[in-house]
Amino acid sequence: MKGRLLNGGGWNVVGLVLVGVIGLGAMIGLPMWLELASLLDITVYLILAILALSLALVWGYGGILCFGQSAFFGLGAYAYAIAMFNIGESTIPFILSIVLPAVFAALLGYFMFYGRISDVYLGVITLTVTLILFNAVNSTAGPEYHIGEARLGGFNGIPSIPPLNWPGFSGSPLDLNDLFYVSIALLLAVYFGLRWLLVSRFGRVMVAIRENEKRAGFLGYDARLYKLATFTLGGALAGLAGCLFANWGAFVSPTIFGLGQSAQIIIWVIVGGRGTLIGPVVGCIAIQWLTAWLGTAQFTKASLAQVVGPRVADALTSVLGFADLSNTNLVLGAILLAFVLLVPKGMVPTLLDLARAVVNRRRPAADLVSDKAEGAT
Amino acid sequence: MTQPAVLLETIDLGMRFGGVEAVSGVNFRLTEGELRCLIGPNGAGKSTFFKLLTGQLLPTSGKVLYRGRDISGAETHEVARLGIGIKTQVPSVFDGLSARENIWIAASRGRPTRRANEMVDEILSRIAMTGVADRPVGQLAHGQRQWLELGIVLAAEPELILLDEPAAGMTHEEVVRTAELIREINRTRSLIVVEHDMQFIRMIASKVTVLDRGRVLVEDSMENILRHPTVRDVYLGKRVAA
Repeated sequence: MKGRLLNGGGWNVVGLVLVGVIGLGAMIGLPMWLELASLLDITVYLILAILALSLALVWGYGGILCFGQSAFFGLGAYAYAIAMFNIGESTIPFILSIVLPAVFAALLGYFMFYGRISDVYLGVITLTVTLILFNAVNSTAGPEYHIGEARLGGFNGIPSIPPLNWPGFSGSPLDLNDLFYVSIALLLAVYFGLRWLLVSRFGRVMVAIRENEKRAGFLGYDARLYKLATFTLGGALAGLAGCLFANWGAFVSPTIFGLGQSAQIIIWVIVGGRGTLIGPVVGCIAIQWLTAWLGTAQFTKASLAQVVGPRVADALTSVLGFADLSNTNLVLGAILLAFVLLVPKGMVPTLLDLARAVVNRRRPAADLVSDKAEGAT
Repeated sequence: MTQPAVLLETIDLGMRFGGVEAVSGVNFRLTEGELRCLIGPNGAGKSTFFKLLTGQLLPTSGKVLYRGRDISGAETHEVARLGIGIKTQVPSVFDGLSARENIWIAASRGRPTRRANEMVDEILSRIAMTGVADRPVGQLAHGQRQWLELGIVLAAEPELILLDEPAAGMTHEEVVRTAELIREINRTRSLIVVEHDMQFIRMIASKVTVLDRGRVLVEDSMENILRHPTVRDVYLGKRVAA
């Protein structure tokens, strides 16, 4: 009976309840247990997890390899910042931070999908787009580059972005505690919203198109339209994450469009598991936490020498070309390689497979034991 | 006397790939409710002809009329929405999804969810796949995948069904059942069937069109086709000898 519950639909219910309980628990518990500084660290993980979910949708379910999800993330952040300096009340900037990236994604998507571009070419084009945005915004340092009251700041970025306020009340801005609540609530809303989308007719057809676009066409579904809608929704969600990110640091710079940022989103999804929603969230939080930890930990040549001896440490650092072994890119690269080679399905799907294998193996074994016991008595 | 209505018609249909004319000057006419078999040696242009009918290829000359409406150059999904369903040579199914989900996707376009759900169960039992309905179809045997694709096509309820080698890779019993299924489908739908298996064509006994090197060689009943000297030469002769 228990085993049956954990098959098929049962797994989904268990998963949903688990995510809901953990999410609500974190929402209530974390502010009580943690001091503000730690809470702020966690807030950015939650915001980036929304960004991870946007690519989990577009790539994991839509089958669209978007290498430039950071373009929409950055546009969301910049749209919020620029609108905020001009308007002062955050309702319209918040909406703009979602709508502008969505419109941009729709335009870009229109040309890509209706131009019948697919597979790896999508990756190349989206990556190029985000790098173009990076270079364009990077070169707007002079005072002549401004939109209304907002100076774009070029490579210096835009500092002191005013925070969100409760809709309609420009006098009551969100403090850092509030931002945590808003971020976790939005993360949960996006997660459950996407879960709902995936069981809806639209979501099911979207997944079918990922599986076999041609067959979907033979059945009368216009794959281009579905892909465009998926891509646009992904852009909107990335924009939302961008808005929160601009709030979190009160700062945005062109690196948000950069190669590092784009690659990171892909790594979250690969590590967490493509074709799941919770995987990329877990992948994102784990990688971000690791990155932060590496940033503070001291893995220098000297500390390495204590473990493996000075000669090996010497050889290792000279081969790798890094004096500081806590180099984040080095570690991220190693993690990515390890996952692609050893755990290609990603963390969450692999763990689920293991759990299913254990349940399926234990069930007949347990029956056997009880049969024997009955036979003996 | 009233003529049965023409469902599908091609006029001087041609498709040229570089210097190769895969289909040339084909004038083909299918009446409503008809079951037509399309045969021809490898490279005769059968699959290209199907691709031209379903909007996968844009003809280089001529046109395709469906109920008198020009559909050459229409998108695949537009052709499908007009009521043409196709089963491809290599089963084209949604591999990562269950058989049930495969059928549901086909049934749910243009129908309310409740009706689609009902249809899924009907079709699953019609293609005898209720028992394996929840397995990913990537794991199914080739014959089952063939039937599943047939089920997918049926779930969309097209008026005209194109079947490209529906019995390929099947055991004898499976072939017999497939032939029965096709005759049953033909009671309410029109079909064009591409097949190599002469026994199979005899089982579904109908008018046969022979394609050779992109052209219609002859169009007649199965008995006459088998007696036709040119057909024996280009196609059957080799088979009979073998």
